[in-house]
Amino acid sequence: MANCWPKSCDSIEQFILLDPTLFLHLSMPVTICGASYHQPKKIYSNQDFFKEFPESIGASLEKTGVVSRAVADKSEVSSDLALAAAEKLIEQENIDRSRIGLLVYCSADFDYYTPATACVLHGKLDLPSSCGAMDLTLGCSAYIYALSAIKGMMETNGIENALLLTASTLTRLIHPKDRSNRFLFGDAGSATLISNKQEGSIGPFVFGTDGKGFEKIMVRDGYLRHPYTNASWIDRKDEFGNVTNDGSFFMDGLNVFLFSVRVVPKMIAEVLAKASMKQDEIDLFIFHQPNVFLNETLRKKMNIPEEKFVHCMDKFGNTVQATIPIAISESIRNGRLKPGMNVLLAGFGVGLSWAATIVRF
Amino acid sequence: MDTIREFITKVEKEIDGISPGTLQPATNYRDLPEWSSMHALVLIALAETDYNVTLTGEDLRGCKTVQDLYDVISKRTN
Repeated sequence: MANCWPKSCDSIEQFILLDPTLFLHLSMPVTICGASYHQPKKIYSNQDFFKEFPESIGASLEKTGVVSRAVADKSEVSSDLALAAAEKLIEQENIDRSRIGLLVYCSADFDYYTPATACVLHGKLDLPSSCGAMDLTLGCSAYIYALSAIKGMMETNGIENALLLTASTLTRLIHPKDRSNRFLFGDAGSATLISNKQEGSIGPFVFGTDGKGFEKIMVRDGYLRHPYTNASWIDRKDEFGNVTNDGSFFMDGLNVFLFSVRVVPKMIAEVLAKASMKQDEIDLFIFHQPNVFLNETLRKKMNIPEEKFVHCMDKFGNTVQATIPIAISESIRNGRLKPGMNVLLAGFGVGLSWAATIVRF
Repeated sequence: MDTIREFITKVEKEIDGISPGTLQPATNYRDLPEWSSMHALVLIALAETDYNVTLTGEDLRGCKTVQDLYDVISKRTN
């Protein structure tokens, strides 16, 4: 892979020593060079679901596009899934661990209050001491935020390779009688390699937040603001028969759907304008995968041709931070995503938060 | 804007398990045995994709019958 500093210099450090002011202008293009994922062994299929909830209307739920999802057992935490995905990626892309300069772990699930889980993963992956490691907490838009942070750190510090790990085991927090969310969500970990590549790029980015809508998707109790009390486990049922409580995951599906329809088309228009690109210059659209029905509504609203739009829900469900990298990995594997393509990535959901970028692979 | 009959035909096509002719303008769609959270989303999506109208949660809460919904959408398309 070609680096951008002069051939007379052996390393980026030498280059900077020759003229330190150049460091300020140093900008090595980076892009996504590989992706992988790992799912827990236990599969919960739609057949299993309809056996458990025989009163559910199959055709209606199947509009979501989920056929099966993997569910972590109690002994498996999110970072285990991220670790397995990382090991798979290192083998798949034949990565030299000593040349990884940055590790970012993106999740809502951490091994300990402190230290950062990224540091724990750094040790387990046997990465060099020169490799930075940090956690980044966010939900469905996390992958895009992490790409931006990584791009910035790589380009301003001359880092050659970075690993971006994401993982979710949200199913642990879904009430057993919360039919809709039991159907929608799955667990998974992902790993993405981001490297210097002259012909590739990431960006520009668009970010957005509606912090007043933070209660639309949340687990209310069990942390600092609202520690668990007996009231945490008092069940409530919505008009459609889904049960939850304050100690479990809650999503206001209707309003999240409305939020997505309101925000995503505008965000896509903004990122295209920022890149001075037209929609038809994008070769592939990879959105966060909340459900096929919502993404189809967005696709139709934006007049994106079917062949340019990726759905990747069937074997996974909504895996929160992991949906976009899983879709990237699957698209590379099945030949839909090829080097040189312009791919628009968009994340939206919990926060409420949204972000989009354009990646030239 | 479609006529109420054309609108009903589209809704019946989108809501699984409903036979053509089931819905009338005065039908309270929440009373349908097939009604589920997914169908509320189906109605929002139909308004978005076929009529370019963004319904709000308040709109849906304020509507009871198919006619109410049709009226909200047709007002926004004019």
